[in-house]
Amino acid sequence: MSRYVVKRVLLAIVTVIIVSLITFFSMNAIPGGPFSKEKATSPEVQAVLEKRYNLDKPLGEQYILYVKNILHGDWGISTKTGREVADTISGSFPISAKLGLSAASIAIVLGLILGSTAALNRNKWPDRVIIFFTTLCTGVPSFVLATLLLLVFCLKLQWVPAWSPTNPSYVLPIIALCAYPTAYITRLTKTSMLDALGQDYVRTARAKGVPQSKVIFKHALRNALIPVVTYVGPMIAGIITGSMVVESIFTIGGLGGKFVSSIQNQDYPMIMATTIFLGVLMVVANLITDLVYKAIDPRIELE
Amino acid sequence: MSYEENGMPKKNPLSAQIDLSKFSTDDFEPATGEEKKQQEVMGESVTFFKDGCRRLSRNKLAMASLIVLIVLIVSIIVLPMIIPYGYSDIIKVDGKRDKTAANLAPFTYSQREMEYMERTGEKLFPHVMGTDSLCRDYFIRVIYGTRVSLTVGLVASIMVLVIGLLYGSISGWCGGMVDMVMMRIVDIIYSLPDTLMVILLSVVLNQTLKPMIENIPFLQAIGTNMIALFLVFGLLYWVGMARLVRGQILTIKQNEYVLAARTIGTSSGRILRKHILPNCLSVIIITTALQIPSAIFTESYLSFLGIGVKVPMPSLGSLANEARDGLLSYPYKLIFPAAVICVIVLAFNLLGDGLRDAFDPKLKR
Repeated sequence: MSRYVVKRVLLAIVTVIIVSLITFFSMNAIPGGPFSKEKATSPEVQAVLEKRYNLDKPLGEQYILYVKNILHGDWGISTKTGREVADTISGSFPISAKLGLSAASIAIVLGLILGSTAALNRNKWPDRVIIFFTTLCTGVPSFVLATLLLLVFCLKLQWVPAWSPTNPSYVLPIIALCAYPTAYITRLTKTSMLDALGQDYVRTARAKGVPQSKVIFKHALRNALIPVVTYVGPMIAGIITGSMVVESIFTIGGLGGKFVSSIQNQDYPMIMATTIFLGVLMVVANLITDLVYKAIDPRIELE
Repeated sequence: MSYEENGMPKKNPLSAQIDLSKFSTDDFEPATGEEKKQQEVMGESVTFFKDGCRRLSRNKLAMASLIVLIVLIVSIIVLPMIIPYGYSDIIKVDGKRDKTAANLAPFTYSQREMEYMERTGEKLFPHVMGTDSLCRDYFIRVIYGTRVSLTVGLVASIMVLVIGLLYGSISGWCGGMVDMVMMRIVDIIYSLPDTLMVILLSVVLNQTLKPMIENIPFLQAIGTNMIALFLVFGLLYWVGMARLVRGQILTIKQNEYVLAARTIGTSSGRILRKHILPNCLSVIIITTALQIPSAIFTESYLSFLGIGVKVPMPSLGSLANEARDGLLSYPYKLIFPAAVICVIVLAFNLLGDGLRDAFDPKLKR
């Protein structure tokens, strides 16, 4: 086990380094620097600006400087707003985190409940209704769902106020974000629950006269949870990417929305910082998922 | 066996069989040749592929999806020939640009079109989905958007298939050190946060490709955005397929028939072609079918962010993005492309599920 942990952590570190390398060098491959749009800047001004953002040094040195600065908590200065990128990230990340974590927990709880219900009522109407809606949900992209929700509940019916920093209403963005993961977890739970209910230990428990609720919660559901755990890592990645469009649709000032606008503004330091930050987040989420998975299911053979 | 005097078998008093002594041989007649034939138990021998197709054709949902997709593909090929509007042209009345035709509702005409029709009595082709803010027919734009999205989905999946298949079979077949190194590379690419990298790379490639393809008219016709998208898919998404193919090959390599083939001196290439690849075929087909909707999803997502296919070429994602501007006044502009995306993705998903159930009964979820 410890060998596996070391190997997995090493892979995660290599991945993070590669993410930062790709980000840095691909951003530098774009022709035209961040100041090329400004009209009529004199060469002197250009030189001063380039010196300020370390753009006059060779690429390799720029990269090392950049990584060093990141490790010291200096993520650079946004070329668009002139503010510290670190401040923008620390200001907007809590909003995204709140949104993402609520969506993730709702997806897990709802998915488990719906999936178990479908499995326990196999081929009866609750199963059919649940599977119909989850199949539908897997075909709707989050940006379509978010825009439709905004249109119907916010603009037409005016049941939910539009998002504003002073009066944040998280309901619609959370629904838009958790629809797909909920549907996926429901289908996953249903299959693994059916699998678990067909096992011999469940039959034994029933034969012993263990009450139905105990059979479900203690024997079947606990084993049905294992495949769901493996989905948590990809789910977090999906929610992060989903939240980019959802945030920009609802004009929420979270990290995802900031990322989208920094792409449109060609704000290099901001794009780089957000990519690396979110990338590290995803890699860590996957690492934890893998380790937890191996820990709770000892049957999995370690490589 | 003993017989009664009328020629019928004698009934054992303890047996449950019918007492035939009540009948005589006259009550029975010999079977005709045709009747005998009915008794023959001979099913047509079925190949794996035929068997799978039969199982697939019994799956109503999958067949319905297949029909929907065929109708969709035929209509995006045929309809642009019928509709007299272009996806990037302002509607023209009598040879002149019609600036009054902006933001028409479905099945309505602009003022100048109505005047023209009254004057000449000619019936103009209706704007089935209305027009957009730049006076372009929206129906043809949605059709071209569907074309783009489907093309991206298909081409990207084929690229993933080819790269993944080659890489995976080399890695799985060679084994040892080669396999180790190749799989470590796959591990790293696999653990990259793909959507972030896709966004980043398509931003970058978009910019860097422009000067490169200036002199190549063919590539210019496709457009940098499209090429960037394909490159990104080719760079990042093949790893899943490669892993799958490698895993399959490793399992199949252990089988006795491969050992037998090797014993009689079959060459590696022939074993790979004749024995191993046909056995991974079902997994490959299923994964490719499920790869298409995910590629369409990604493309529409990128176009929605404004970094996918760009103007004037429409894609379903960019149409949905443009529709956000006048969302309250013209909600149908969002609903049409969004509905098409949902239908395509759902149909491919259901077809993929059907294929999985039909061709890989062991994998049934």
